[in-house]
Amino acid sequence: MNTLLNNSDLFITGFRNTLILFIVAGIFALILGTIVATLRVSPIPAMRAAATLYINVVRNTPLTLVLFFFALGYPKLGLVEIDFMTAATVGLSLYTATYVAEAVRSGINTVPVGQAEAARAIGLPFTQTLTLVILPQAFRAVIPPMFSVFIALLKNTTVAAGFSVAEAGAIRSNLSERGEPAMAGLLWVALIFVLLVFILSFVQRKFEKKWKVAR
Amino acid sequence: MSSVLFDAPGPKARARYRILGVVTALVIIAIVGFIVLRFAQSGQFDEKKWHLFTFPLVQQTIVQSVGATLSAFATAAVFSLVLGVFLAFGRLSDRKWISLPCYGFTELFRAIPLLILMMIFYYGLPPLGVQGITPFTAVVAGLVLYNGSVLAEVFRAGIESLPRGQSEAGYAIGLPKSAVMTNILLPQAVRSMLPVIISQLVVILKDTALGFIVTYNEILFQAKFFGSQAQYGSPIIPSAIIAGVLYVGMCLILAGIAKWLEGRMRRNVKVVKVAKSEIVAIEG
Repeated sequence: MNTLLNNSDLFITGFRNTLILFIVAGIFALILGTIVATLRVSPIPAMRAAATLYINVVRNTPLTLVLFFFALGYPKLGLVEIDFMTAATVGLSLYTATYVAEAVRSGINTVPVGQAEAARAIGLPFTQTLTLVILPQAFRAVIPPMFSVFIALLKNTTVAAGFSVAEAGAIRSNLSERGEPAMAGLLWVALIFVLLVFILSFVQRKFEKKWKVAR
Repeated sequence: MSSVLFDAPGPKARARYRILGVVTALVIIAIVGFIVLRFAQSGQFDEKKWHLFTFPLVQQTIVQSVGATLSAFATAAVFSLVLGVFLAFGRLSDRKWISLPCYGFTELFRAIPLLILMMIFYYGLPPLGVQGITPFTAVVAGLVLYNGSVLAEVFRAGIESLPRGQSEAGYAIGLPKSAVMTNILLPQAVRSMLPVIISQLVVILKDTALGFIVTYNEILFQAKFFGSQAQYGSPIIPSAIIAGVLYVGMCLILAGIAKWLEGRMRRNVKVVKVAKSEIVAIEG
């Protein structure tokens, strides 16, 4: 308990950055993932191919390598300089978006064929079929896998610690500079993550109940 | 399935699709081209930066680091599968004092970030007097605890999705529960869950890259080392490209095996269908 209380400043900054990373990357991943899923089922072969390539390549790349690129490779692009926190957010968003896209696509597959056929029958074009009829139902169907993706994102934020972002995963190295026992600090970090994941699972159950599609 | 979402295009729509297709291709070429151009301008493709990777010794080191990645992967995969089966059986046990701890164990280790688990082993244990924690042990132990818990849930979902008649038939011919589990339910569950199990193996392979943060000498660790060699102009982009190709290649091979198995099993009527959208392989 002493480790936590004496270094509450470290824990508070660490977990504040974790939550910022989680929320910002989560929102971007949700938006980008939905767009990629839309491209993946679109009538235009080039768009389908591009989305499939993106998903397959990024999903098969370790997150560590993605962040490695953003932390060490991005500066070589000679673009606007960004801090590691922003770079980590971009990397996490791009990585998580592929999982969101796959979850959305599996959700699209659970919507009964008749729904899409009915939408086409009343003359809706592809974008309206998707956004007005299919996606709203698909999102409700994929709440459990979508929350798994976000729980994974929450835990993945720790990887940013390997690239000097001061979030929860970096608490250990800061603690050891102060000469605190590593184990106690790490166990506190683990415990707080367990609590955060527990909260997310609780929210998931609420959403599931509220948004259940009657079929 | 996707073709249900839109009508067969008429002449106008076909023309529109063609234009949009060309625009998409142009946008992608522009993005990729821009990145390549920038790298070329900052000299990332200079011969000097790639020269480092022409030495046989460097190539050998890379091969060794691939070996290190694969050995961590293989060890972790085997132990995760074993742990997963035990935890799944434990959770399905009728005795509360077995099923509750197993439930707690799986939920706990699925909630702790994998990197924190590895750090607990690598940085946390030695100061407490535990000897012999190498980066390899820390990486494998973390991977096994996390993926064993995830695989336990996969096995459990597979067993619970089997028709009740399967276990009832087993009990009817007088088999004890252990035999029903191992001889009747588990083989079927493994077969119906094989695609999910293999995608979880891909996750294990990818997560070995976290070992780089606890100084395990794997592909990414070497890539960073070579990328920081100043006398060859810090070839960070070349080494990131090499590491990327290695990882994506290995994962695609595993994913290819999964797809092939899935295709084979779809032809096999004996396999029980499981709602796949419910179970998605979960990242570390």
